[in-house]
Amino acid sequence: MTRRARRTRVSRRIAGFGAVAALALSGCSPSDSGSPGGAGGDAVTGTVTVFAASSLKESFTELAGRFEKEHPGAEVAFNFSGSDSLAAGINNGAPADVFAAASAKTMKLVTDEGRTAGGPRTFVRNRLQIATAPGNPHGIRTLKDLTAPGLKVVLCDRTVPCGAAAQTALAAGGAGLTPVSYEQDVKSALTKVQLKEADAALVYGTDVHAAGDKVEGVHFPESAEAVNDYPIARLEDAPNPSAAKAFVELVTSAEGRKVLVRAGFLEP
Amino acid sequence: MRRVPEKPEKTPGTPSGPTAEGLDAHLVVDRGAFRLDIALTAAPGDVVALLGPNGAGKTTALRALAGLTPLTAGRLRLDGTDLHRTPPASRPVGVVFQDYLLFPHLTALDNVAFGPRCRGAGKAAARALAAEWLERMGLAEHAGTRPRHLSGGQAQRVALARALATHPRLLLLDEPLAALDARTRLEVRAQLRRHLDAFEAVAVLVTHDPLDAMVLADRLVVVEHGLVVQEGTPADIARHPRTDYIARLVGLNLYRGRAEGHTVRLDAGPAVSTTEHLSGPAFVAFPPGAVTLYRDRPTGSSARNVWQCAVAGLETHGDQIRAELAGELPLAADLTTVAAAELDLRPGAPVWAAVKAAQTHAYPA
Amino acid sequence: MTTGRQASRKAHPRTPGRGVPLALLVPALLGLAFLLVPLLALLLRAPWRSLPEQLTSPAVWEALRLSLVCATTATALSLVVGVPLAWLLARADFPGRGLVRALVTLPLVLPPVVGGVALLLALGRNGVVGQWLDAWFGITLPFTTTGVVLAETFVAMPFLVISVEGTLRAADPRYEEAATTLGASRFTAFRRVTLPLIAPGVAAGAVLAWARALGEFGATITFAGNFPGRTQTMPLAVYLALQSDPAAAIALSLVLLAVSVAVLAGLRDRWMRAV
Repeated sequence: MTRRARRTRVSRRIAGFGAVAALALSGCSPSDSGSPGGAGGDAVTGTVTVFAASSLKESFTELAGRFEKEHPGAEVAFNFSGSDSLAAGINNGAPADVFAAASAKTMKLVTDEGRTAGGPRTFVRNRLQIATAPGNPHGIRTLKDLTAPGLKVVLCDRTVPCGAAAQTALAAGGAGLTPVSYEQDVKSALTKVQLKEADAALVYGTDVHAAGDKVEGVHFPESAEAVNDYPIARLEDAPNPSAAKAFVELVTSAEGRKVLVRAGFLEP
Repeated sequence: MRRVPEKPEKTPGTPSGPTAEGLDAHLVVDRGAFRLDIALTAAPGDVVALLGPNGAGKTTALRALAGLTPLTAGRLRLDGTDLHRTPPASRPVGVVFQDYLLFPHLTALDNVAFGPRCRGAGKAAARALAAEWLERMGLAEHAGTRPRHLSGGQAQRVALARALATHPRLLLLDEPLAALDARTRLEVRAQLRRHLDAFEAVAVLVTHDPLDAMVLADRLVVVEHGLVVQEGTPADIARHPRTDYIARLVGLNLYRGRAEGHTVRLDAGPAVSTTEHLSGPAFVAFPPGAVTLYRDRPTGSSARNVWQCAVAGLETHGDQIRAELAGELPLAADLTTVAAAELDLRPGAPVWAAVKAAQTHAYPA
Repeated sequence: MTTGRQASRKAHPRTPGRGVPLALLVPALLGLAFLLVPLLALLLRAPWRSLPEQLTSPAVWEALRLSLVCATTATALSLVVGVPLAWLLARADFPGRGLVRALVTLPLVLPPVVGGVALLLALGRNGVVGQWLDAWFGITLPFTTTGVVLAETFVAMPFLVISVEGTLRAADPRYEEAATTLGASRFTAFRRVTLPLIAPGVAAGAVLAWARALGEFGATITFAGNFPGRTQTMPLAVYLALQSDPAAAIALSLVLLAVSVAVLAGLRDRWMRAV
């Protein structure tokens, strides 16, 4: 919430400067003045409200900065939360322009209600990794290594996406794993590894990436069975459809993909 | 029957030998602005009353004896044993608290059995002993009663039984009758007197009521501002009060002055004629009933002590009226309602007060 | 007490019409409504038709059993150390007592999740104290039922301490003195006199602590994790059910609610009769 408020304040200032800058620099980069997607003569201005899964926070915030630079007079307002609650909010009439979900299942909740404009597009994917303490002290290389006696592994609860994905991957690997805990979300699972209370956790690559050098990620082949698609869609009742379209195009552009891959996401 | 110990009168503060029986204490407690400094001695069988106004330090003295308030200095010996550093739980001391402090969750029997139990008796033995004490107090049928269902007098007796059941060598009673109404008080006072008579060790009681003190105690120790101002037998103190407080307590007008033959020249100004022949510092006292009031200066009166006064206050005192007089000599005078009406006494009215020399009493200060 | 109360009731018969002033009645009823409406909503929206099916799941009863066992153990633990602590705060004189009292109440204002993290840092496998427990005794507390009990105790004990300390302050310390003059040690005086005197306050504090422990979520899931049958108490089960199956979450909440109400009402009756 605080984050969002700050974001808005900053972008408004940028927007003010941007208007001046656009006049001064109008001759320098002609491609900037038109919409990247060529959406006719619609000017991209005003606020675009984006509902996005929590895991997209860092990369989307960075993309918003670029978006506002490209479209002087436009600003991005975010609502980062769990995909489920975002979907529920949209279906209950929350005024949003864009929805970016962490799973096809949650996006489907919105498309089933007919609230998306045009089909959702998968813009990135996320894969599970094994998170261990830095230096991987228990020498974990495969999913099977997690079943070693005495090893404390935490998983996400199966009611949350990372938990469901973990169950799928474990089933694919045929590994009968009993964790010490089913954590309520991916961050708590990761925290247990960071505090060295657990020896390993199954979390998303982006989470390992975001944790920096506090944990080490181990790739494992079975994660291919439990890849999470991240779909994005404009919404039917979008208050600012042209800006919504422009934002979706930025996210799905090569530039957008570069930012997302840097945050640990995989290309679709 | 009351056992009167035969012993030479001890001067307070004289240290007793290590084998001396009874209480030998010099209690010094410093508490900021207040300082208690009193010497207290008593032989087994003695009942000593600490008498004094509120805030004089009586209760502090009692708490110091019980070990609930530590001594700043001084000494405390009981039957030759030094108790100065003995924790309260190990002192052979029983206490009857002002509002008794009977444990509300225990029956009368268990309240009395509490002490013996704590001092090592088995449960059955302690209860048998407690039952015996209740029997002696005439409370056998109240053994199973909780304190809140006991009358004031019964509760007082249970408290006494509880204190006595540990066989203390020193019994302390803090305002033992203050919690009772006037009617119960009379009866309980007489009972308590009998129980204290039967008690073979030292008993010290604290009271601000002179009647309680005089009925219950063999010896009074009057405490004011943390110091002993007078001590002696009740009769002695009643006859020879040495402070205004005591004089008021025993209902006397008391003045200090210098005696020259049959006259005591008071510090306050006027002189008082007396029958005693004294010289040097002296007290002179006379009861309020010895004062006669006149509207005009009495001429034919044989009284040699006549002072002009003004009525400062009036109050009913039994079937009499007590007049507080101000003027040359502040004094209290008792007169009948009829006399008061005849004199047309009202606050501010001028009167003449006369006292016969034969009704004054002078003694060396 | 019973006869005493009856007596006082006789002495002050309730006069109709002279009862509650409106200025008190209106906010009182508002307050009551504010507390009861959410519970009523829970009842109204409960999936009554699927309820029997939800309740036959052994997982529900496992979570409930664990909740009751842990909350009761946490309350017992709070009593064993909390009552003496309250006595210390109310009766003993030591420098910094005010500060200690403030520190004791700290878990009341601490978000429970932060409490859970603090417990991990203290008693975790790598914690300040926990690493020695692990090294010397091979005891690790996170992810265990003991961990649940500790997390609940951490959050619930301040309620007990505050309640008991308040009762102790109101109780007359001279009863302890009276016991002392009868030969009781300070501990005997506490056990045989003070404790029975403050029993109603201790009971109230214990009930408060038990209720708080039963509803504990944040510290528990953070410190002890979530594993069915071992550390998954009812609140955890409710929270996780809410992620995927709100109907099941409501059903679980109802069970927890019903059991707490039954236990509290039962205790109240017994306690009223005893005093």
